[in-house]
This record gives sequence, C-alpha cells and structure tokens, in this order.
Amino acid sequence: MDLSIVSFVQIIVSVLLVIALMVANAVVMVYIERKMAGFIQRRPGPYEVGPYGTIQAVCDSMKLLAKQVFVPGNVDWLLYFLAPVTAFLPVLLLYLPIPFGPYLTAMNVDDGILLILAFAGLGVVSNLLAGWASNNKYGVLGAARAVSQSVAYEIPMIMALLSVVFLTGSLNLTEIVDSQGSWPWQWNIFAQPFAFFIYLVSLIGETNRAPFDLPEAESELTAGFHTEYSGMGFALFFLSEYANMLLVSFVCATFFLGGWKGPFLDGFWWTFIKAYAIMVFMVWIRWTFPRVRFDQLLNINWKWLLPLSILNLWLTAAILKILSKIY
Amino acid sequence: MATPDPILSLPPGLEAAKSEVLPPLINIKPINWFFDLNRAMSLWPVTFGLACCAIEMMSVSMARFDMARFGAEVFRPSIRQADLMMVTGTVTRKLAPTVVRLYEQMPAPKYVMACGNCAISGGPFKFEGQYGVVEGVDQLLPVDVYVPGCPPRPEAILEGLFFIQEKLTSRRWWPKPQELPPDPAPAAKGKK
Repeated sequence: MDLSIVSFVQIIVSVLLVIALMVANAVVMVYIERKMAGFIQRRPGPYEVGPYGTIQAVCDSMKLLAKQVFVPGNVDWLLYFLAPVTAFLPVLLLYLPIPFGPYLTAMNVDDGILLILAFAGLGVVSNLLAGWASNNKYGVLGAARAVSQSVAYEIPMIMALLSVVFLTGSLNLTEIVDSQGSWPWQWNIFAQPFAFFIYLVSLIGETNRAPFDLPEAESELTAGFHTEYSGMGFALFFLSEYANMLLVSFVCATFFLGGWKGPFLDGFWWTFIKAYAIMVFMVWIRWTFPRVRFDQLLNINWKWLLPLSILNLWLTAAILKILSKIY
Repeated sequence: MATPDPILSLPPGLEAAKSEVLPPLINIKPINWFFDLNRAMSLWPVTFGLACCAIEMMSVSMARFDMARFGAEVFRPSIRQADLMMVTGTVTRKLAPTVVRLYEQMPAPKYVMACGNCAISGGPFKFEGQYGVVEGVDQLLPVDVYVPGCPPRPEAILEGLFFIQEKLTSRRWWPKPQELPPDPAPAAKGKK
C-alpha cells in the first residue's frame, strides 16, 4: 500500500466513521439491551424518556459526561487514566479490515484476521491496567479473572476461525466473503457448523458478557475491574465493551454468515443485519442464563471447546487434503 | 459499670457525612438545566438495602411497578457509578459508619432517598431507652426526599423518584395518579 495523500485521507475518514459507528452503536445497544431485558422479564423497560424511551441512552451518556471524575487515594495516576483510553483506542484499528460492503472496506489488507486477532488482545491489557491501577482488591481480582478468561477463550476462537481460513485459503476478509455465496446454504456456517458453534460460545467469553461476565460479577466482585471508575471512565469501558461486541459480531458475520452477501440483493445492509442479529442473540443469552462459576467457565473452555476445536480443525485439514488428492 | 448513654440526637462515636457538593464553578443556566434534566432522567440507584424496605425497592424494579420506565432501573453494584442512594430500612448504630462511608464514596451529583419510617425517624424502634437505632438517617446524611410508609408501597417509592426529578428540574414530568381518568375496564385486565 503506497502512502499517498489519497490513502492518508482515506484512513482519516474511515477512522472518523468508525468512531461515529462505535458511539452510535453504544447508544443503540444500551437502548436495545435495556428494552430487551424488560421484555424478557415481562416489564416495558425504558418507556417514558422520549417516545418509547428512545432517548434514554442519550440521557445516560450526558449524565455520565457531567458526573464527577473521582480519583481514589493511592491509585497509580498514569495507569488509572490510561486504562479507559487503552480500552477504547485499539478498537478503532480493529474495524479497519472489516468488509462492510463490496466497496466499503477501510483498509483491504491481506492478513486482516491476523490484525484483528493480534490487536484484540490489547483490550485485556486495559482491563488488567484498570484493575491494577485502581488499588482495589475487587479490581485486582476482576483483572486477574479477565486475563485468564480472555487468554483461555482466545484459543478456541482462533481455532474456529482457522478452520474457515483452511477452507478459503486466505486470511483476507474480503476474499473470505467472496468465497461464499448469496444464499444461506452457500455460507460457511453450513460447511463449518461446529466451528460456528465454538466461535459463538467463545465470543461471549471473549467479550466478558453474561453468562461469562466473571470479571465484573456483581455478586462477588462489586463491579470487577471498573469498580473505582466513575463518570466518563466507566462510560469509556462500556463504549469499548459494546464496540468489542459489535466487532466480534462483524467477524462472525464475515466468516460464517456470508458477510455482505445475502438473498436477492447484496450490499452493506446484510452485514449490519447479520451482525445485529448476533448482538441481539448475545443480549438474549445474557438475560436468560445465570452466571457460571469460574471453574465451570474454564472447564467449558479447556475440556470441551479446545479439544472440539482442535478436532474440527484436524478434520477440516484431513478432508481438504483428501479432496485435493481426488480432484 | 458505665452508665448507659442518654438518648442523644446523634449517638456518641458517630459522625455525620462531612463531604458537601460544591456549587458549579461556571454557572450557565441553560447548560445547568440541560445536565440536570439528563441527571433527572437517569438516576441510577445503588444496590444497597438495609431492611424490609429493600424488598419494596426490589419490587419497584420488577415487572408490576417498573422503575425502568423512568430510566432508574440500572442498579449499580459499585457506588462510584451510582447517583441515588436509597436508604431502605433501619439504620442501626453499628451500621451507621458504613452508611456514611458509602455516601462519602459516591461521586458528586448524588441524591439520598430515605425510604420508610425507620430511615426517616427511627419508626417503630424509637422509644424511651432504645440504644441501637439511629433515629433518622438525616442526622447522618443530607436527605433529599422522605418516602413514608412501613414499608412504603412501590408506588410511593416511584413518587419519591418523581420528587427528586422535580427537585432537579423544578417540574413534575408525569401526571399525578389522582388526576388520571379511571381505568376503563379493570375487570378485563389481569384476568386469568
């Protein structure tokens, strides 16, 4: 990629668009999540603030903006303020290789999924920094849990994605979408159902959502790694949580659900419909299942997801090898 | 043997909350109004219950009296992210330092609702010679709204929430129940 003025302007514009998408996504998802929580518990949810409670999330974000930024005693000042920013910043980069539509890719790199997987790990570092810097026992416990959970769940996630990469023969996200067809039976979910299932479970673990929200388990660690954060620090953590959710949903839509290809009319709307369907699925899961214990969480990963994903990867490789011998 | 303490307004060894919320440095009316409006519409309570009134606090966030309608259902477990402290129940002398400490840990735009007769004045535990109960949480914290009842009905807690919103924005946002038209067909509703 030549670093001309055009590509520079392209990157600036796409980063600005990604920020707009992140903020809009957080506002929409807070509303959807609270509303869905209400419906699942047979209550209306946010209803009175704006028509059907639609500006509730805007009010929340404005309130958090005007809330006192509180710094407890004996914190590590630099890390305390750095942690919310490091939670927020890598996500900007992660959205760049995602093909939203046939002509809507910010940065068409050859090993896009490698970039995403490499920089997605930085989110865990911010959790660790937040828990460590806030000098709070719950914070440190939450940070330790976040790290062990994310490291564990990254491995089956990568294995599941790798089996799709074996099928396609490319790490480029655009080529992975190109290799799939418009109709649902031409998508990778039918070629790799086990990989899809493993990815679906491990993305909930990776984004620290219930039932795997052990890093911020309310009943044990008051709020986990962001116990000491008030106002905007807390809001940035939430923003990056929703942005990470959207990112893994986009990757899932690209890898398993045909990306921007869909029945009748291809286009970016299919990417968004699929990604938001997965988001709604995650919210549904959160308000339906109780939280697992920490040993259960790690047992699910190390004893089930990891062997299954290795088996799936091995089977994919073997079948591909046999097929390549035949044809 | 020491003689028992006389019943004082504030028991010895207890201190009221010292922190105070300072007035804004720059006082621009429309901006203050805007932020106060947003604060009023998203008052997040603390997950914090002391006695039986906490059951009513749970009830008010559940299906029938849904506090989420007014944007106040986000119970934050960490006090740093909360705005509203509902003192739901009896504040004993032993617990009082913790209540004060919790209040002091809350970041600045903070509001306190005293729910139930015990939190208002000691309620049924106020009698000659009692030694275990703080008679009114307003001796410890600056209380914004008192919600009477033993325990208060969930509607009363909602009404207390509306009063805090009115205190912030100097306007009542929701219609008063007695001014509403009567329910047209109460018999048809909720019939199994």
